[in-house]
Amino acid sequence: MRELRIHGRGGQGSVTAAELIAVAAFEGGMFAQAFPAFGVERRGAPVQAFVRFDNQKIRLRSQIYEPDYIIVQDSTLIRDVNVFQGLKEGGIAIINTEKALTYPFPKGVKVITIDATSIALKTLGMPITNTTLMGAFAAASGEIKLEALEDAVRRRFKGELAEKNIAAAKEAYRFVKEAS
Amino acid sequence: MLEIMEGSHAVAESVGLCRPQVIAAYPITPQTHIVEALAEMVANCTIDAEYITVESEFSALSACLGASAAGSRVYSATTSQGLALMFEVCFNCAGMRLPVVMTIVNRALGAPLSIWNDHQDSVSLRDSGWMQLYAEDNQEATDLHYIAYRVSEDHRVLLPSFVCFDGFILSHTYEPVDMITQEQADSYVPAFKPYHRLDADDPISFGLFASPDYYMEFRYAIDQAMNQARSVLPEAGRVFSEMFGRDYSGLVEEYRLEDADCAIVAMGSICGTVKDAVDEMRNDGKKVGLLKLRAFRPFPVKEVQKALSGVSTVAVLDKNISLGSKGAVALEIRDALYGSQIPVHDYIIALGGRDVRRKDIAAVVASAEAGKGDIFYGLREEVLK
Amino acid sequence: MALGLGCTARPGKSRDNRTGSWRVFRPEFIDEKCTKCGMCSIICPEGCIGVNEEGLPVPDYDYCKGCGLCAEECPAEAIEMKKEEK
Repeated sequence: MRELRIHGRGGQGSVTAAELIAVAAFEGGMFAQAFPAFGVERRGAPVQAFVRFDNQKIRLRSQIYEPDYIIVQDSTLIRDVNVFQGLKEGGIAIINTEKALTYPFPKGVKVITIDATSIALKTLGMPITNTTLMGAFAAASGEIKLEALEDAVRRRFKGELAEKNIAAAKEAYRFVKEAS
Repeated sequence: MLEIMEGSHAVAESVGLCRPQVIAAYPITPQTHIVEALAEMVANCTIDAEYITVESEFSALSACLGASAAGSRVYSATTSQGLALMFEVCFNCAGMRLPVVMTIVNRALGAPLSIWNDHQDSVSLRDSGWMQLYAEDNQEATDLHYIAYRVSEDHRVLLPSFVCFDGFILSHTYEPVDMITQEQADSYVPAFKPYHRLDADDPISFGLFASPDYYMEFRYAIDQAMNQARSVLPEAGRVFSEMFGRDYSGLVEEYRLEDADCAIVAMGSICGTVKDAVDEMRNDGKKVGLLKLRAFRPFPVKEVQKALSGVSTVAVLDKNISLGSKGAVALEIRDALYGSQIPVHDYIIALGGRDVRRKDIAAVVASAEAGKGDIFYGLREEVLK
Repeated sequence: MALGLGCTARPGKSRDNRTGSWRVFRPEFIDEKCTKCGMCSIICPEGCIGVNEEGLPVPDYDYCKGCGLCAEECPAEAIEMKKEEK
């Protein structure tokens, strides 16, 4: 079983990202489970959402404490929340930031930084980075296929909005693939 | 076909497949997604039901009571304070023997206010005459609705049902669920045949006054109906497994209990985490198993006695507390095992949404084996200072 | 079972109970004064005052509790409350 923890702020679409990643993983033939860290959802408050992937039925219901992957939707969160807590050695951290980060990252962790906000602003016209970071996650983790992600986005959003979100995800996917 | 969807939407879809004729509910977190989805299905004519918007939970269940007495298949859903507000109507539904089916999206009761999960709400209605079924995952949550309608409406039973599933932990979780088709649902849940109903051309009164000469007999009749449900529920579960392959033939489910020294007893979604913890402990050579209660009312006394007969220690996980006494499940288990000498240790756990991990289950088992029980597990001592 | 399942009952049960088995006063109807307005029949809380073909009131004393409302309301003062003979 592999586990993903998404750190974001209320309104950034972390829960939607977790759900769509689970849908894409399921469509790709895996068992998947997505759920939010149930809180009182105030806009801007730090939130978490979780995804589990496995080849068999997932029974575990606890929150995720030792993830294989983390997505950080907003680098300012690193100040407020220990986003790296429990991240496994060999794990992958995907961080949305426009500048190079100088934090003391945990050892043995692969850190991928991407300016998802600029990509989202350019393609969506809104600073909502969840679909962009999903593209980056697909490229970095290999847990989900880009095509499955596109299908999942189309199931959630309609028409032009879906296509814009897919364009954002694709751009991030290419960026991560080329950077690695 | 296996599809991935949110628990609330899966439940709403399965309820729709049961063809309710009247739905009345009042939105409350974390039940909201279910009734929103059903309201949408009614508005889009996906299901042919009357959706009655009401001003409170008391009205919601009252509307269901009236509609059920008039001969309709009815549905409601609620949680926590909403269920508390329905208290009086719950007793009336059972007393009038109306087969209402209601989803309880389990949530803690205030004060202090909490929107998170435990079982205090439904467990507090244990004496109301409603059957209570608890789901481990969203698959079971959907399937138990078909079973609940079939058993509630069975003329040998005629009692209302709670289908309980854990707020947020299941209701807001996306996971794969196998939905049956409308055709299959129709063949499993036949059209509602009321035992008797309100009809202006053939009038009848429900829920009349009973003097001391009659009241006890009415209560006895309800208890007898619960006894009937002890066999009708497994029978409906067997038919379900024959038709759809998922086995709900037991009021309880045993997991790796055959040669277990220590048995964990639990209800609801925590059972999934316990199963994983049991596997880990088994890998470490510990003989541990799980007894999952699918039905809390009627309480499966015989099944519990049989399942726990060979164990040397029992650890009960209670997501509720009967304040001034113990957890409600532990009391039942002790009663069932009375005279057996098997020690039953109670652990009040996961109240108000406190997360439970596999290591917590291992710690509970270690406590039980050390003879230390009847405690609130995982209290934060620093908060109590 | 003898008990209606769900505490149910067909209507008309109270007809079996003669609810007028006891009263201190009974209404007596003076047909000569009666204007046949029908008020007594409407006002009777037990619904036990019928009206015959001539339009005159016909009480059913099996159900009359002797409350006196009919006499109180009768605009023609055609009903008198008399002490029940023991």
